[in-house]
Amino acid sequence: MADVVLETRNLTMRFGGVTAVDNVNFKLRRGELRCLIGPNGAGKTTFFRCLTGILKPTHGEVFIDDVETTGWDPQYVARMGIGIKTQVPSVMDGLSVRENIWLSAYRLSGAREADRIAAEVIERLGLGDIARSTVGRLAHGERQRVELGIVVAARPWLVLLDEPAAGMTGEEVERMVDIIHEINRDAALIIVEHDMQFIRSIAAQITVFSQGAVLMEDTVEAVMSDQRVRDVYLGKRG
Amino acid sequence: MDRSALRDAPWVVAAGIIVMFAAPLILNFYTLTLLVIYGMLALSLGLIWGFGGILCFGQAAFYGLGAYAYAISAANIGESTVPMLLAIAIPFVFAFLLGAMMFYGRLTDVYMGVITLVVTLIFFRFMNTTAGPEYQIGQARLGGYNGIPGYQTLNVPGDASAYIWDESLYYTCFVILLVVYVLVRLLLASPFGRIAVAIRENENRVELMGYDARLRKSVLFAIGGGIAGLAGALYASWAEIVTPGLFSLGQSAEIIIWCIVGGLGTLVGPVLGAAVLGYLKFALGQQTAVDNVLVMGLILVVVVLVLPRGVVPSLISAFRHSSRRREPGGRRRRGPRGVRADG
Repeated sequence: MADVVLETRNLTMRFGGVTAVDNVNFKLRRGELRCLIGPNGAGKTTFFRCLTGILKPTHGEVFIDDVETTGWDPQYVARMGIGIKTQVPSVMDGLSVRENIWLSAYRLSGAREADRIAAEVIERLGLGDIARSTVGRLAHGERQRVELGIVVAARPWLVLLDEPAAGMTGEEVERMVDIIHEINRDAALIIVEHDMQFIRSIAAQITVFSQGAVLMEDTVEAVMSDQRVRDVYLGKRG
Repeated sequence: MDRSALRDAPWVVAAGIIVMFAAPLILNFYTLTLLVIYGMLALSLGLIWGFGGILCFGQAAFYGLGAYAYAISAANIGESTVPMLLAIAIPFVFAFLLGAMMFYGRLTDVYMGVITLVVTLIFFRFMNTTAGPEYQIGQARLGGYNGIPGYQTLNVPGDASAYIWDESLYYTCFVILLVVYVLVRLLLASPFGRIAVAIRENENRVELMGYDARLRKSVLFAIGGGIAGLAGALYASWAEIVTPGLFSLGQSAEIIIWCIVGGLGTLVGPVLGAAVLGYLKFALGQQTAVDNVLVMGLILVVVVLVLPRGVVPSLISAFRHSSRRREPGGRRRRGPRGVRADG
């Protein structure tokens, strides 16, 4: 496996006359934990969707583990061992929590091993009390955790999370931080997020997006103290 | 295999066996056989629509294809075993190809409905134009709107002279329906079935898990087509003639109405819907005071307004609700259950 596990070269995504992602060159190294931040409309989620295959980029290339995956369907990207969590919890509402997680584990492991993995993930994410509940009836934070369970159960080596802490209570966010660090022991992560408090607590390297392009890449402290970032977040012009 | 999803299957089969023996006390075998065949046809759509989320307006195409495949091959072979197999295989393959074309083409519900409906109408129009002598396959003349009569009907496998008809045809059809029901329940409880239900729930998530949702939908669609083809073959054996009317718009619409009234998300619902509405249509057809299409339409409207989930799912919900209330102290069970292949 290469040291750089994910790379984009001149990645561009246009919707008609709007350039949502503009010539982005990005690298993620093995075991790295990286946050993508930026104000609303900065292009973070569009960039994320181009990585996962949900969107086909207009121009540029995506490489995952040295394999060009530009324009691949999400299922093929996922089969490379990539775990993907979308912005709005994407779960199977009519199935139970256990089934959601079991089906994710089953693709790689077979039924018996999937039973074991599902039980382990349910325990790890604190979903035991609601394991038999229908996901459609759960609260938002619980659904977020179920989706994370789906991601983790597939044993990915690269995890892409889009706003994992959105809509969660303070206690749930704390638990999410722990879970992310735990995932990061075995996998590299890209997290799209704009909750600076959350980003500070996971202490990741940061890539700042602004108007579809990369504004800067640095540590939390450096990003927080950068005037350009403040201007972008506060909407300063000129 | 999710064994808990099969908990009620033995009870449904036991109830089915009781109905199989009790129904002839009320109705004649000729009518009952047709109702059982309708039940199997409805079950085929109930599987792909209720569990796979694939709304097919053209289930009649596979039904008619199965009937014609049986009639043509039986007329040529003179024995029913191979024709029965062909009547399942041909609609299965055709449904797989049609499904793959639609699903890999990323067609959504409305367009899928339109395409399946159009395919059915193409069959209907085409079969109506096959009256000429050039439309002959071996010894079977397609016969245009007059259809194909006079082929070998169902016989004991290997003995073409041992016809299965009347009473024995009814019991044979009922047993086949029960076997198909059990096989479909096993399929739905298997990982393939659970993934099919997951695709119905959230196709994007299933793909993000790395599954090929389009292939699985194509296979499920083909299985539904094969079951409809089997129903068509049994119909051909019952009616002793197949006509283009099998592909008609009315036939397609009826199957959907059976499923809506009986209830999607269950297998028993569509079967019961087909049997009850099929009998009603039969009974109404024997009088001239009320137009039976009006009555069918009225039933559909009332059910959609009063029981939008259909009769059987509503009854199951009411039963579960009342059994929860009967628990000591009226306590609710912890956590609702997931969607199951109920009934």
